Amino acid sequence: MRFSGLRVLKEGLSGNKGWQAHWRDAQPKPAYDMIIIGGGGHGLSTAYYLARNHGITNIAVLEKGYLGGGNVGRNTTIVRANYFLPGNSEFYSHSLKLWEGLEEELNYNVMHSQRGLINLFHSDGQRDAFARRGNAMVNQGDDAILLDKAGVRKHLPYLDFEQARFPIYGGLYHPRGGTARHDAVAWGYARGASERGVDLIQNCEVTGIDIEGGVVKGVRTTKGPIKAGKVGIVVAGRSGQVAAMAGRSLPVESHILQAFVTEGLKPVIDHVVSFGMGHFYISQSDKGGLVFGGDLDFYASYASRGNLPMVEHVMEAGMTLMPMIGKAKILRSWGGIMDMTPDGSPIIDKMDGIEGLYIDCGWNYGGFKAVPASGWCMAHLMATNTPHEVAEKFRLDRFRTGINIMDEEGTGSQHNLH
Amino acid sequence: MRIKCPLCGERDRREFYYVGDAVLLERPDPEAGDHAWDTYLHLRDNPAGVTRDLWYHEAGCAAWVVVTRNTVTHEVLKTELAEKRRRKLVEGAS
Amino acid sequence: MRIAGKGLVDHGTPVRFSFDGRQLEGFQGDTLASALLANDVKLVARSFKYHRPRGIMGAGSEESSALVTIGSGATQDPNVRATVQEIYDGLAAHSQNCWPSLNYDLLSVNDLFAPFLGAGFYYKTFMWPKVFWEKLYEPVIRRSAGIGALSGKANAEYYEKAFAFCDLLVIGAGPAGLMAALTAGRAGADVILCDEDSLLGGRLNGETFEVGGMAGSDWAAETVRELESLPNVRVMPRTSVTGAYDQGTYGALERVSHHVAAREGRPLECFWRIVAKRAVLAAGAIERPVAFPNNDRPGIMTASAVRTYLNRYGVAPGQRVTIFANNDDAHRTARDLVDAGVHVAAVIDSRAEAPEGAGYEVIKGAEVCGSEGRKGLEAVSYRRADGSVDKVQTDCLAMSGGWNPTVHLTCHMNGRPNWHGGIHSFVPVPGAIPGLEAVGACNGAFSTHRAFVEGAEAALRALGDLGVKAKKSVVPESEDSPYRIEPLWAVAGKGRAWLDFQNDVTVKDVQGAAQENFRSVEHMKRYTTQGMAPDQGKNSNVAALAVLADATGRGIEETGTTTFRPPFVPVAIAAFGAGGQGTGFAPQRHTTSHAESVRRGAPMIEAGLWYRPSYFPATGERTWRQSCDREVNMVRGTVGVCDVSTLGKIDIQGKDAGQFLDFVYANTFSTLKPGKVRYGLMLREDGFVMDDGTTARIAEDHFVMTTTTAAAGQVMRHLEYVHQCLCPDLDVAMISVTEQWAQFAVAGPKSRDLLNGIVAEEIDNESFPFMGCGPATIGGVAGRLFRISFSGEHAYEIAVPARYGESLFKLLLERAEAMGGGAYGMEALNVLRIEKGFITHAEIHGRVTADDIGMGRLVSAKKDCIGKTMSERPGLSGEEREQLVGLMPVGVVKQITAGAHLFEPGAEPVRSNAQGYVTSVCFSPTLETSLGLAFLRNGRARHGEEITMVDHLRGVTTRCKVCDPVFLDPEGGRVRG
Repeated sequence: MRFSGLRVLKEGLSGNKGWQAHWRDAQPKPAYDMIIIGGGGHGLSTAYYLARNHGITNIAVLEKGYLGGGNVGRNTTIVRANYFLPGNSEFYSHSLKLWEGLEEELNYNVMHSQRGLINLFHSDGQRDAFARRGNAMVNQGDDAILLDKAGVRKHLPYLDFEQARFPIYGGLYHPRGGTARHDAVAWGYARGASERGVDLIQNCEVTGIDIEGGVVKGVRTTKGPIKAGKVGIVVAGRSGQVAAMAGRSLPVESHILQAFVTEGLKPVIDHVVSFGMGHFYISQSDKGGLVFGGDLDFYASYASRGNLPMVEHVMEAGMTLMPMIGKAKILRSWGGIMDMTPDGSPIIDKMDGIEGLYIDCGWNYGGFKAVPASGWCMAHLMATNTPHEVAEKFRLDRFRTGINIMDEEGTGSQHNLH
Repeated sequence: MRIKCPLCGERDRREFYYVGDAVLLERPDPEAGDHAWDTYLHLRDNPAGVTRDLWYHEAGCAAWVVVTRNTVTHEVLKTELAEKRRRKLVEGAS
Repeated sequence: MRIAGKGLVDHGTPVRFSFDGRQLEGFQGDTLASALLANDVKLVARSFKYHRPRGIMGAGSEESSALVTIGSGATQDPNVRATVQEIYDGLAAHSQNCWPSLNYDLLSVNDLFAPFLGAGFYYKTFMWPKVFWEKLYEPVIRRSAGIGALSGKANAEYYEKAFAFCDLLVIGAGPAGLMAALTAGRAGADVILCDEDSLLGGRLNGETFEVGGMAGSDWAAETVRELESLPNVRVMPRTSVTGAYDQGTYGALERVSHHVAAREGRPLECFWRIVAKRAVLAAGAIERPVAFPNNDRPGIMTASAVRTYLNRYGVAPGQRVTIFANNDDAHRTARDLVDAGVHVAAVIDSRAEAPEGAGYEVIKGAEVCGSEGRKGLEAVSYRRADGSVDKVQTDCLAMSGGWNPTVHLTCHMNGRPNWHGGIHSFVPVPGAIPGLEAVGACNGAFSTHRAFVEGAEAALRALGDLGVKAKKSVVPESEDSPYRIEPLWAVAGKGRAWLDFQNDVTVKDVQGAAQENFRSVEHMKRYTTQGMAPDQGKNSNVAALAVLADATGRGIEETGTTTFRPPFVPVAIAAFGAGGQGTGFAPQRHTTSHAESVRRGAPMIEAGLWYRPSYFPATGERTWRQSCDREVNMVRGTVGVCDVSTLGKIDIQGKDAGQFLDFVYANTFSTLKPGKVRYGLMLREDGFVMDDGTTARIAEDHFVMTTTTAAAGQVMRHLEYVHQCLCPDLDVAMISVTEQWAQFAVAGPKSRDLLNGIVAEEIDNESFPFMGCGPATIGGVAGRLFRISFSGEHAYEIAVPARYGESLFKLLLERAEAMGGGAYGMEALNVLRIEKGFITHAEIHGRVTADDIGMGRLVSAKKDCIGKTMSERPGLSGEEREQLVGLMPVGVVKQITAGAHLFEPGAEPVRSNAQGYVTSVCFSPTLETSLGLAFLRNGRARHGEEITMVDHLRGVTTRCKVCDPVFLDPEGGRVRG
């Protein structure tokens, strides 16, 4: 069924009885060409692009819980392409281009809203670092504008320009940055994959990976064994557990990142604003809630919930930067499980030494905006056995060799510092 | 979250700095090879359950502490001075 | 309508307040909701999506409908629950989400379009044409969304944060909580008792039944008086426990002075972090509405709220009240109303076996199936078991679908509650929060007697765990009625039946979601926004689950539930973030020379948490460049003084200190002679550069290390890590002395002359050669002198205990100025170091190796050190990497900009052609040209080449010559004096 305004009118006039399932619930067949473990944003987009770009439709996506139940459904919804290191630059640039056509592509309104992202800086040194970043963005063909204090004030008059602990020197403005409705992205890809014949299987936990003679044969699940020639692991924070089923450990440590939403408010924040000195980033959803977050809780965790020190730190940052949000009231806080790597950059690669096993992980806390390109590139890798050109630096062995380490933060191999 | 520093007693999490898996105490020999070093510095068991990790009582007594902890429930099971644990490791190896 | 003399409010103290500009009167003790009802104000709000007229639904913090804005201007407070806000003289409340007025709201036209605005409609439309989304659709959606509005002005009120510790935290002061607190308090335990309400007692204040032979409210008041008299008990009214966190930590929001006009220096709110050894959750239960067509009209309330308004506030919410229920409890409402002389039109009970009425009619086996009255209830229709429909004129419907235990806090650690078939609701899983036990109604025990018993028993168990001896409390006599209920979630019928009143989610929305395969409870929630409104589903979740279960042919238990997350009630960002506003966000560190620098007019700039002088303007100078150039020339020509105390200083002592430093530094320190200083490069274990600095050997077993300002904390932590975690057997100890010593650079050709005038010991090139160090006495004060240089000049750093810092700084400046020199700031310091090619964290930014900065050979081949092995990885050195170089402009354009990228001349400035980037730039008054430090691919081999610098952002393209990063005095003659 094609969605459109006309369809909404037609259904509305006839009692909304004609709406159909957005995707088909499937039970596992005994065998598939390919299996994607993980029905989050990245897993669903991988399945979608395998079908769309490579014509491979005999695929199952196995999801332990419900589709889109991981980080794609619990993030701060920011979409941007403002990286500066080769490897990341081209990948996120590609992803943003896919975002820009996603509604038409999926016939699903993911509410991609390019309201502009402003990264604030607070010293001459930070200005120079952001200039380097912005120039790299323009080199890549994306957009970046260096704002001085007056320029920031024009966009964000409500910031505290006088009293804030770290005075605002200016900002790097990325007009094409913005937000999207996170759940809709997962549902849109699920619908598109399902329409193309992909089996989406919920409540199906993978309990083992069958490997014989160094070759993948299939997986074992709570719904029985399923054979497949190729298996992709796309499980974000749970990557360590699934890789362990194949006898591998990964350069990944799982951490908690909390995020927050307030009660609905009339529009006050039109951009995405990021305050590096305070690790605070905020936007306002179309529904009116202020959606914001900060840094990791900093200890390894799978709890999907955090503790008060970071809650308070994030709010204190908000109060020093934009004290006009003081009376906005937090409705809900939650935590996502972040797959943190030693350089803060992701991995899309073959699992070395196991034919037919692929891994897509290490999205740290920037995975949401990567959903389209991650699926695009993982699908390319699984279909062709060669990395896609915009993801060719996302290799597992870079930490061993030191070649193409992409440490945007410059904080080194400590997983939780990225 | 509260952690019992072996020297100071139970303190709020905000007094501590976290660095990662306590495998960091097991520094390989310089000649151990790139796989050993890759494993030491990068690869992680990353268990969903009981783990041992390394915390620094930065706003307290400056002790590095090995904390045995559950990553799913956040229960703290045991704390021990890192230097004690390191000595045990060295004794065990020799 | 107020009933004279009834209730617990102070009838003798009238309070004047306003709602939408209309002046009204209530009594001391009223909430805004009770006062509005007393004045017969029924229409209070508009709903989120359809702008439906809404009244007051409940009487607690879970209120889903009556959200208002309090005040105006900078203190304007949106989305305040009228049921929680106490009135005071001058309180001004306003309705919200309506235009032009609450009574005539244009957007109520949305209600007519409801068939097209069902759950998730926006995912299916607004896609064509593409540009319309951001230009038209989204702005319109955004403007019509939201409920209240922020003022847009900076917070102007005082919020506070605090810590508290106790043996037992009791959450909720109803019968169960009071009994738990009393039991523990009498036993001498440290108890904190928190309750959201201003008046403690919970349901005891809203009911008429007796406790221990007296009015329930009197018993509560007497008990609270006893608790307040105990020194070991802290009673905290108006305090909501908002979250359960690890190891017995709880968040709590105290609404300190929302209820008074004069705050008298008190904060508006205080956010508490309470650490409790044990906790008792006695949070009660929330009565749930029933979904029936048009069940959202003003005048439709929960049955218990009607009792609360009647018994506690002496207010009858209607003159002809109808009750609609599926349980016995709601019949209390009818009895209390009749006793108070209020007319009860009927009790409509869905159960065929409902109890008989006493003074009112009970219509058994019937369901309310519709309502009339757009801005205030006028009538309800009901359907009897035989299908016949009747109508009853009524201005208030008190409905009850049963009670949901307030399990929320027990879910904050991911525990999902259990379904309890006996009460048709969820109850907490024991142990879901370690150390916390749920008792009373929140545990599914709905009689007052059971609440008392469970409260007392839980307190005894907690005390037992803590080793506190306690006597069993005598439980007062109270009602122990059984809870009789037959489930009723949604009444069938045409028309929309609301589940989530605030977000306008109806039964049809949930059914539609299931039809579209959003069958998982999480999918349904996210697709319909059920439970995502300000009440977070407190009023609606269980009923919505039941509807979903029905639509998907599953049981409620099998359907499962979504998770409740903190905070339990909405918490203002200003409360969670109290203290952060303005400069409170981070500590401010001042050097000993701060006041003198400010006095001299130096702009102070942030350097991490420190403040350092940017430059010292002299008379007649109008720009920072003029001052900076003068200061540079001054250092190069005579002498300059600069406070360098912010650099990290670590005192390292012990027999094995040299060996320890050999391990943490890439180069060797054990061979350094006492009285000497050496430059040290420190790597991270991953082989990249962590920090650099100089370390002086004061004595055989005593070193003083300096770090950069930025990395001081990181290096200190790192040294302790290396010592404790990798080599605890080394005899070495270290401590940060950054704040204990004030240290000043004295730089320039006349630096020795200056020092010889103030230091007791005569200094010459023999006694103090370059990189020498030793004690120095200044005016009788024992200090230290280091001959080191970050400017390339003959220079020293002189250190004294911090308490002498200010006077030394003044003394040095006095002498320097007498010699034609003076103070220099960060701008000049930066120019001086760039001229010499010295690096800072602009260069060692965490992605740089020793080889990149030309210090590969510094990594000693003779010993192991932190980072050595990993620095030997193939990717960390070689021609493919970008290496440190100097840049000088050679074309017409003379500007070099930091952050610009480098390209081969003629190459298109795109990523694939990028060869490197500029890290630091300055105008060198010494060389009279712009200079840049940069990283360039294989740069060391490219000295002499021409390269193009492109800065897209600033619109600068400059032809540059690549050169050695040391622009000035590469042989180092000046530094040796």
